[in-house]
Order: sequence, then structure tokens, then C-alpha cells
Amino acid sequence: MSEILTKSRARNVFYGGSLFFVVVFVAMTVHSHRYIVETSTAGMPLTDEVRLGKHVWERASCINCHTLHGEGAYFAPEVGNVMTRWGVLDDPESAFEILNGWMQAQPSGIEGRRQMPFFDLTEEETRALAEFLRWADQTDTQNWPPNDAG
Amino acid sequence: MKYQSQKVAYAYFLVAMALFAIQVLGGLLAGWIYISPNTLSELLPFNIIRMLHTNALIVWLLLGFFGAAYYLVPEESERELFSTKLAYIQLAILVVGTLGAVVSYLVGIHGGREFLEQPLWVKFGILVAAVIFLVNISLTVLAGRKTAITNILLMGLWLLCLLWVFAFINPDNLSLDKMYWWFVVHLWVEATWELVMAAILGYLMLKMTGVDREVVEKWLYVIVATALFSGILGTGHHFFWIGTPGYWQWIGSIFSVFEVIPFFAMMSFAFVMVWKGRKNHPNKAALLWSLGASTVAFFGAGVWGFLHTLHGVNFYTHGTQITAAHGHLAFYGAYVAMNLAMFTYAMPQLRGRAPYNQVLNMASFWLMTGGMCFMTFVLTFAGTIQTHMQRIVGDYYMEVQDQLGLFYMMRFGAGVAVVLGALLFIYSQLVVRRELIAPGPVTTPGE
Repeated sequence: MSEILTKSRARNVFYGGSLFFVVVFVAMTVHSHRYIVETSTAGMPLTDEVRLGKHVWERASCINCHTLHGEGAYFAPEVGNVMTRWGVLDDPESAFEILNGWMQAQPSGIEGRRQMPFFDLTEEETRALAEFLRWADQTDTQNWPPNDAG
Repeated sequence: MKYQSQKVAYAYFLVAMALFAIQVLGGLLAGWIYISPNTLSELLPFNIIRMLHTNALIVWLLLGFFGAAYYLVPEESERELFSTKLAYIQLAILVVGTLGAVVSYLVGIHGGREFLEQPLWVKFGILVAAVIFLVNISLTVLAGRKTAITNILLMGLWLLCLLWVFAFINPDNLSLDKMYWWFVVHLWVEATWELVMAAILGYLMLKMTGVDREVVEKWLYVIVATALFSGILGTGHHFFWIGTPGYWQWIGSIFSVFEVIPFFAMMSFAFVMVWKGRKNHPNKAALLWSLGASTVAFFGAGVWGFLHTLHGVNFYTHGTQITAAHGHLAFYGAYVAMNLAMFTYAMPQLRGRAPYNQVLNMASFWLMTGGMCFMTFVLTFAGTIQTHMQRIVGDYYMEVQDQLGLFYMMRFGAGVAVVLGALLFIYSQLVVRRELIAPGPVTTPGE
């Protein structure tokens, strides 16, 4: 064993093999990038309103309570399919109204209940957030989550 | 301590331990909010506390790595550091950036990409500090003796600093955002950090067991080869459900199964080296941490990772408490414990004391490790119930969460043990000055 596997051979296998996997990974990333842009997220146009919604989502650090496509903090419900759960995936006006009503009612202050903070958003920002969540919900996520509960 | 410039590691370790204390206290508070959700809900909401918990962890682990590099590179390269002044400037930048991030989180200024919430100026500060570090450490290594340990350490640190560039790339398209976000998050913890971990483990084994360098270094290359061969394409296990192509389900599943191998190899490596080694090193606590880290890393990163990495399983478990269970034990074993092993090894020498058996330190190992294992078990049970109720039956999120209260209480108890262990560790490093228990008669030292 020690004659076949010398230190320099082990080192060369490490460098050579790693380089190989990096090249494969980069090639697959390029393909995935194009697939995301052209196929999986092409269901709804990426408008300026959706972009603004993403900034609102980030500025409020929603990800540190909620999950989005299963990634986040597990402290609050999944929102990648929240528009489906509310039954307003194809209805921007109702999506805004439900979201706005929910956001305005926070924090609930109910004892023993997890509290969502109050975020002081303009109507434009809340509309944008609703559009961002509708946009995310239209993404082809390989049929995840398994059901509407998220 | 052979070289004066190794002393800079001391400052890094002190700051790291301070942040470690903040991290676990933040975690404890977050765990308490699961039980008593109205706590601080308007003053300091959960999302802010969680940012402090995760960010403090990441920064202190990085400070530990930087400190470890500054400590071991002079010995490996057989020369003083290129510049101790640069090392202190780097630390100052990181401290200012960290304090700046904490203050801005508290007043509500932050980004919204998980773990990368730092304001832009802090991100640039980290970039500048990383460049200073790479220059300093690379010039030291290039001028001195080259060993496999410094090769691997440097490669890991260079790559992790380069990957930081993706922290600045935030596409408007959410799915692209997520894909490139993983370039930092996954390729840090499941690729480049493993290189750093293996290098530190190799160094500790070399120093404490007395096994031949040639043997240690050969196996180090084998370990890091398995880490990168599996870890790079293993990124695919994060590309199952974020809008990326379906082929990642098979690529991700297969390669992330192989990700268990480097952790199994590191554990086996550590135990075999200790068995084969004939040195009776007096720093038993450092040995305990080294063996403990590689073992818990195998279970936390390896076994608990495997538990939910196959895409057929992950379809149901993704984003539940199962993920939280795995995250806690993996980070604790692979990176927290390995850093603490290095601190434990280096501290007596940095403080100019003969190595001692460090009984309190060993007690802190069992307290922290026991607490973290218990936390992992209860979160795994909570996650199993959550997966069934929410993903199979289809009950709504909060209804399910209301059923998990008992587990969250037990998790809080486990958290208390971890915090006590962490504080005991810091106390044992900074305050204890001598043997609390005299060593027994040594029969054949050095045999």
C-alpha cells in the first residue's frame, strides 16, 4: 500500500481530481444559470416591481424567521408557496389585499403565540412584496413543497 | 512557542472566545423565544437575534482559523511571520466590522441574504482583511519550508477568501441568487473549511502523537481529496428545489453520500494516529478535543447529513427541524470543536505555561458535547413529527409547531448545558493557572 500510494501520488491525485470536479461543476453551473433564466423562472416576467419586492424582502430580513423554497430560519411558515396557500396565485389585487391585511395586523400580541414584527411599508412596497412572492411561487421547483401546507 | 510572532494568535483567540460567548447566549435567547414567544418581540425580534447568533458563529470560527494559521504556519515554515503588524491591523479591521455589524443589526440596518446580512461596508472590510491575511501568510510560507499542512491550509484559506466574492453578487432573480449564495455557504462549510479543518487536525496529530510526518501528510492529501471530490458536486444537494434543473437530484444525492467519507476518514485518521503514536503528550484536553471534534463531525456532518440528503427523503424533510438538528451538530463537531481543540493546544504555550491536564476544560468538553448531542436528538424527533404532520398529512405550519412545545423545552435545557460548557471552557482557558488534579505516576514517558 505505502509503495503504491506515496505522498506525492496522493498530492497529485488531490490536485488533478479537484481540478476535474471544478471544471464539471462550472459547466453544470453555466447550464443551470441558463435553465433558471430561460425555463424555471420564466413563468412570470421579472419586472421592476418584483425586483423592488425582493429588496423589501431582504431589507426586512424575512429569511431569518421564514423559509423561502425551504431555505431560511424554520421559525415561521414557508412563503415560497404562500400565494398558492391563499389561493391568489393568479390574482395580484387579492394577493396585495391579503398580504397587506396580514402585515397591518402584526404583531398580534397574543400571549404564547410567535410574534411577527410590524414593518412600516408603503403601499407600493407591500404591492411589490406581494408580486415578488407571486413570482417566487411561479418558479418551477420540481414540485416542491409536497403540499400547500408548505 | 518557538517563534515570537506566533503570539498574534493569542489576540485572535481572545476575540474569537468573546464572540463565542455572544453566539451561544444569542442561541439560548432564541431557544427561549420558542418557548415564550412574546419575549422581547417588539424590542429585539427573533430575526435580529438569529442574525447575531449565526453571524457571531461564522466570524468567530473564521477568527479561530486565522489565529490557528498564524500559530501553526511559523512552526511549519520554520520562520517568523512576514509581519505581525499586518496581522494586528487585520484583526482590528475585523473587530471594527463585527462591532459595526452588531450595532447596525440592532438598529435594523442589514441585508436579507441568510448569513450574509452584513452591511456592504462590513463586507468590504472583510474582503480587505482577507487580502491582508492572504498576503501575510503566503509570503511567510513562500519564504520558508513548504509542508503538506501549509499547502492544504493555504489552499483552503485562499479558496474560501476567493469564494467571498460571491457575497457581493446578488442577482435580482431569486433562483440565481440562491444558486450563487450556495457558492459561499456550501463551498465554505462542505469544501474549503474542510481543508482548513484537516490541516489543523493534521498539525495537532503531528504535534501530539509523534507519528511520522510523511505518514500524516500522505493521509491528509487522501482526506482532502475525498473532501473536494465529493463536496464540489455535493453542492447539488442544495439545488433540488430552488429552480435548478432536475438532474441535480441525482448528482446531489450521489455525491453528497460520498461527503460522509472525508469525515469518516478524519475520525479514523485521528484515532489511528493516537493509537500508533508513542508520545505521551501532557495536554490531554487538546487530545480529547481533537478526537471529539473528528468524531462529532462524523456524526453531525456525516451521519446527520446523510439522514436527509437523498432527494427522495429531502423532498419531505427540506426546511424542517431536521435541518436545524443537522446544522447544529455539524457546525459544533467540525468547526467549533476543532477550533476549541486548537485553542486548547495553543493557549498554554501562548500564555507561557507548561501544558497541564486541564480538568475543567475536559469537563467543558463533555458538558458542551453532551448538550449539543441532546439538542440534536430532540430536534431530530421534532423534525420527524413535523415532517409527518406537515409534509405528509398536510397540517398547517403553526398547528404543527404548537405540537412540538415539549421538544423545544428540552432543546432549551440542552442549550443551557452548552452555554455553561462554553463559559466553563473560556474560564478554564483564561483563569485557571495550574493543575487542579495532580497527574498520576507516569510509568514510561515517551514510550
